[in-house]
Amino acid sequence: MKTGKTGVLKRIMRMKGMGAALTAFVGLIVIYAAFGFMNPMVFSGQNILNLLRSMSKYLLIGIGQSYVMITGNIDLSLGSIAGMSAMMTATLMTLGVNPIVAMLITLVLCLAVGLVNGLLVGKFKLPPFIATLGTMFIARGVAYIVNGNRNTDNIGITLGKDVADGFQNFFYYGKVLGLFNTFWIAFIIFVICFFILSKTRTGRHIYAIGSNVEAAKLSGVNVVKTTVKAYLISEFCGAIVGFILCAQAGMGNMEAGNVYEMYGVAAGVIGGVSPLGGSGILLGTFAGAAVWQTLENGLNMIGAQVGIQRIVIGVMVVAAVLVSVLRGKKKA
Amino acid sequence: MGEVIVSMEHITKVFPGVKALDDVSFELKSGEVMALLGENGAGKSTLMKILSGVYQKDGGTLKIMGREYDSLNPGQALSAGVAIIHQELNMCKDLSVAENMFLGREHVNGIMLNNAEMERIAGKYLDDLGVNIDPQETVGNLPVSKQQMIEIAKALSVNAKILIMDEPTSALTSREIKELFAIIRQLKEQGCGIVYISHRLEELAHITDRVTIMRDGKYITSGDFQSFTMDEIIANMVGREIKEKFPRVHCEKGRKIFEVRGLNAGKSVRDVSFSLYEGEIVGFAGLMGAGRTETTRAIFGVDAKESGTLYLDDREIKINDPMDAIRAGIVLAPEDRKKDGLCTKLTIRENIALPNLDIICGKSGVINRKKETEICEEAVRNFSIKTPGVDIDAGNLSGGNQQKVVVGKWLARNSRVVMFDEPTRGIDVGAKVEIYHLMNKLKQQGIAVMFVSSEMPEVMGIADRIIVMCDGRITGELTAEEATQNEILKYATQFESKL
Repeated sequence: MKTGKTGVLKRIMRMKGMGAALTAFVGLIVIYAAFGFMNPMVFSGQNILNLLRSMSKYLLIGIGQSYVMITGNIDLSLGSIAGMSAMMTATLMTLGVNPIVAMLITLVLCLAVGLVNGLLVGKFKLPPFIATLGTMFIARGVAYIVNGNRNTDNIGITLGKDVADGFQNFFYYGKVLGLFNTFWIAFIIFVICFFILSKTRTGRHIYAIGSNVEAAKLSGVNVVKTTVKAYLISEFCGAIVGFILCAQAGMGNMEAGNVYEMYGVAAGVIGGVSPLGGSGILLGTFAGAAVWQTLENGLNMIGAQVGIQRIVIGVMVVAAVLVSVLRGKKKA
Repeated sequence: MGEVIVSMEHITKVFPGVKALDDVSFELKSGEVMALLGENGAGKSTLMKILSGVYQKDGGTLKIMGREYDSLNPGQALSAGVAIIHQELNMCKDLSVAENMFLGREHVNGIMLNNAEMERIAGKYLDDLGVNIDPQETVGNLPVSKQQMIEIAKALSVNAKILIMDEPTSALTSREIKELFAIIRQLKEQGCGIVYISHRLEELAHITDRVTIMRDGKYITSGDFQSFTMDEIIANMVGREIKEKFPRVHCEKGRKIFEVRGLNAGKSVRDVSFSLYEGEIVGFAGLMGAGRTETTRAIFGVDAKESGTLYLDDREIKINDPMDAIRAGIVLAPEDRKKDGLCTKLTIRENIALPNLDIICGKSGVINRKKETEICEEAVRNFSIKTPGVDIDAGNLSGGNQQKVVVGKWLARNSRVVMFDEPTRGIDVGAKVEIYHLMNKLKQQGIAVMFVSSEMPEVMGIADRIIVMCDGRITGELTAEEATQNEILKYATQFESKL
């Protein structure tokens, strides 16, 4: 058996989806350079910092959505989970609950939704589109009623400015090693999730059930448990995005995280995660989230209207999938 | 020969509407190869799926290595030492060879997968089998024969004490089969018990110690392989009596309507030539995977043809897709009614109208309701489809009546050739007779009728002429008068020798 460098390199290049991920990175560089050419401000240090911070939300959502997509399912509730998370934490804090306790309570609730999603899809065999459409409305509904159908006051209203600032700095405004904390949080979660997906048994099973659920079952893979795990990770990421949105605004907004689940799909798909399951890597999702944010940022910087931004992004998503579908056809 | 390692007694298994296994007993000793034989649908695979935890038994006792199991899932069966190589390959095509081999029992260092170790072991087992496969290769990129070898390597790598092989050689080359048999002999010496399911009876002599024969979900007999002659084995496999369940209508054989010459399509249709005449029904017999379904699909234009010409009324016709076939008057009632034959959520009216919309709509593209009703009611009358009306969902009809709708929808088109694929599968006896009447009616109308069926009594009872296929080729042709089950089975197992 060959080992050493060639083996490792070969394995890296063999990773299904590595090609698509690298393509997305190349695309990212091209897009970034193109915008920089049109407006040199794109290259400024401040813009890079902002870019990294704002892409973090899409990255986290993208990670969650990618986990679910690789199992061959989808999580439409992800954006609403972020909204519910933001409203729950904010509401609890305005009631004087310690931020850590508030976050823990919120996290438990979000993971409970993940459990429900996983069981509905994995055990009761509901179409994931329908199951998570239901929990999407339910989670958004909870976001509305948790503070009586209105946005919350400033999170420091009871706890005081210091505690509120601490929370906001930790998740949004603070910096470590020159980069915003938001990016570091997303990056650490990215590394852990990347590790789980590519290096652990759970990750292997996630790919297996997305590739051929029957074969996986016959090999002794616990399909229900694996599906639940994917949704738990997805909803965990959603919850963290909720904390970030809450910290950014300093309050809870009932519409926080609206349609984020679709940004997650887009980030994954641009990075080569197959919406049909079984393939794709988180490195691709990283590139996808960065492409997404760079487009948004760059189009802003060159003064394109919001409508134009949406059109360009829509074309990107369709083009990315079209390319992978055509590529797959050629192989078959 | 060693002690009993599997003992299954009085096993029953019921699927909705069918008793798949009826009081079946089966025994396997260590260090022996037990051939499990029977026709399609005899229950061999079902029995083995119970042993490997895919299905749960409804009754009887199951003992593995002396331990009794009330229920068993695939993971438990595997840890009890039972490995099965399924007939339909079950692989995660997106994963690598090594990843597939170790799926569900990955080697780990702490929480990290030990890929190098798994690839090393996978490579070792593949080397032992004498196949050259890179453990890092993605399974989807490999041909079916290699995937088959991976399944075998996977079963070996779990150190199975009981190894079930369901048609393991169907996709292998002769060299690979020899390697496989060498491995089987080696496993026997190590004390493994092997259950070998194969339709290739000529293979058995190379490895088999004992045989168990099943028929129609029942245990028939078992014993030392040497104590049976091949004829006795075949007689035990097919030995059911044929009752007069088959209405036959005699017509004068007329002129040739349709001819296929030198048709090739993939591995399962090789140099197929035959003709269909007015006033006769031609039955296609053979074992599962003989290429009969594929032949009908290639003719109908669903699958691409590599070569071959089709003649209708002595004129050459080109069929590149089903629409060409339909226009020419050649239609297919496919094997899986619910999947390929009917839109079960649409009404009878909509189903019958679907292939006739060009007639019903004319040039305007607007559905002419009156014409639609006419066509549909005529079909219902003609084929005596039992339904309160044409606006009932097709999915709510019985199997037999669904089949009538499938055929009825082609009637309005003056079809010349009607191909049926397993027309009576999953239909009760009474409804079967109605389907036979339907085929006879088409025959009387001068339409060329051909049907594929795995039920030999049906082929012998209904067809005027029987064409037997094996391995993608036509291996024999018999008239109804000269056909016997043994004769058909002889042709159906006439594999090109790979040994």
